[in-house]
Amino acid sequence: MLRIRQFETKLDVLYRQGRVRGPAHLGLGQEAIAVGVAAALGPGDASLGTYRGHAHALARGASEEAVLRELLGRVGGVCGGKGGSMHITSVEHGYYGSYAIVGGHIPTAVGMAWASRIRGDGGVTACFFGDGTTNIGAFHEAVNLAAVWKLPAVFVCENNHYMEYTPIGDVIPVERPAADRAPAYGLEPLVVDGNDVAAVREVARAAVERARRGDGPTLVEATTYRLTGHSVADGGAYRHPDEVSAARARDPLVRLATDLARSGEMTVDQSEALVARVKGEMDALAAHVLAEPAPDAAAAWTGMWSDGSSTWRN
Amino acid sequence: MAQLTFREAVAAALEQEMARDESVVLLGEDVGSGGVFKTTAGLKDRFGAARVWDTPISEQAIAGAAMGAAAAGLRPVAEIMFSDFYATCWDQIANEIAKACYMTGGQLTMPLVVRGTNGGGLGFGAQHSQSVENWAMCIPGIKIVSPSTPDDMWGLLAASIRDDEPVLVFEHKALFGTKAERPTGDHLVGLGEAARRRAGDDVTLVGLARTVGMCEQAADALGGDGVTADVLDLRCLVPLDAAAVLASARRTGRVVIVEENPGQLGWGAGVAAILAEEAFDDLRAPIVRVSGGNVPLPVAAAMEAEVTPSAEKVAAAARGLLEGRIPAATTARA
Repeated sequence: MLRIRQFETKLDVLYRQGRVRGPAHLGLGQEAIAVGVAAALGPGDASLGTYRGHAHALARGASEEAVLRELLGRVGGVCGGKGGSMHITSVEHGYYGSYAIVGGHIPTAVGMAWASRIRGDGGVTACFFGDGTTNIGAFHEAVNLAAVWKLPAVFVCENNHYMEYTPIGDVIPVERPAADRAPAYGLEPLVVDGNDVAAVREVARAAVERARRGDGPTLVEATTYRLTGHSVADGGAYRHPDEVSAARARDPLVRLATDLARSGEMTVDQSEALVARVKGEMDALAAHVLAEPAPDAAAAWTGMWSDGSSTWRN
Repeated sequence: MAQLTFREAVAAALEQEMARDESVVLLGEDVGSGGVFKTTAGLKDRFGAARVWDTPISEQAIAGAAMGAAAAGLRPVAEIMFSDFYATCWDQIANEIAKACYMTGGQLTMPLVVRGTNGGGLGFGAQHSQSVENWAMCIPGIKIVSPSTPDDMWGLLAASIRDDEPVLVFEHKALFGTKAERPTGDHLVGLGEAARRRAGDDVTLVGLARTVGMCEQAADALGGDGVTADVLDLRCLVPLDAAAVLASARRTGRVVIVEENPGQLGWGAGVAAILAEEAFDDLRAPIVRVSGGNVPLPVAAAMEAEVTPSAEKVAAAARGLLEGRIPAATTARA
């Protein structure tokens, strides 16, 4: 969780330096959800995320360096320079991609869970999406199908309370974007504090076990807060400063450090030293990656088909 | 000799591939009961509910589930009942499936087929009659198959299922009743190879799916005038057998492209552009397209025929070219 926080904090700096091409959507403040769910998944399980997906890839074990190479447009990027921030994917770690059409990946996740059911391989698929996604049709079609077919899927709504720049409460007719929709699909309304990594892991474990048992999908609403704007280009001025400072007080990393200090597992000094060490590692990683060359432009003409070619006619 | 209808050819291809490869699974609305057009008849009985999955009316979930299953290594065949309904799941087709391999740097592959009925001629009206191969042709990363004969319907669909890329297979609903000799044994027709349906030297007629028959009839009519027409059935738009079209055009010098979709931006425009760019010096007349009209398809028989290509329109266009004038009969100009 700390590594993801420091990775994205460094990325924010790099973006402001003009080093990152295209948009980048940070999940600062939301890390506990990605980490808690990933902790409940096994190596044979799949997960899919959104354009705010750095944390979801890294939490499954994707290489920080390969992801950073992708973000900084350097050779050896995890998607070969073709994906960028919004499409980070690391299949070898079970992370089947970040998708940038809101809700478009939820049916895909259902298909992966369907494949597990057909094969009986015991695999579970987790799918992350935001609160705004609960208003798009693909969400409803996908959750419905997963419920009807009792598929081994775990749907995780990261409710950060904002649909891009708009408060979610302004655009839903219910109080809780996912939980209050769950009964429509025969699912239990389930809300967890998404800033409490242990609580997220506990809820995710129960959902994963249920899915593996063949008892069907779970829809989890994890409440959290996006400490920065919608994207790195957004200062988030539409939010009251008091609201943001209150959210900072609930920062999942602060909370974890406090809990660890209280339980005696890690002193404040130790956790501060750890933060400094990881920050230094991210600085060194960025310096290393920035010194690398750009990918070969000609590679843009490759890889549309699975054999590596892009030919469409003779 | 045993006969096979175009409709039966769909089920024959699915049955052949499902028997051969247990990773081939079907999903779609009513597929278990054989479907509205009976193209999946008998498959659930033979292969069981674990291979043939009835879905809700949820095209996004259907196409997306196919994508996920393909990502997981299965070979799903999804049915979209009418190709007009691609509009309800175009995100899955155009933004997700078509781009998954490329944008992940090859980490994901999409060995899937999405198939369903396409085209007009039966009075199904504006929302159940469109020919939409051209929608897909705008999107790199999807193969496009649109057969014209029962033999090809079987062989091309089977090859599409074996293909490692996403393939949209269009089944022209006006062809379902057409019959041909039933192929024996395993049947496969490779993608990307046009078929010459008539050999001729004076004009090239290029068709796809139902318009191939129009081209053949037009060729027969032109034969009465002492004119021989080369009729090419593209069979696939991606991969496109451009070489076959270019070779024929260079030989005849005259080309009529016959497409059922509206002419304002049909697949024929893309083929015409290739000809203009690569065979211009060999052409003896302008390239002409006989296209669907630039209106939604009406239901009344005479009105639908008015805005749909026909053998007569194709023959008139070819005669115009042979007489050295630009034909006015193409509906694209309407």
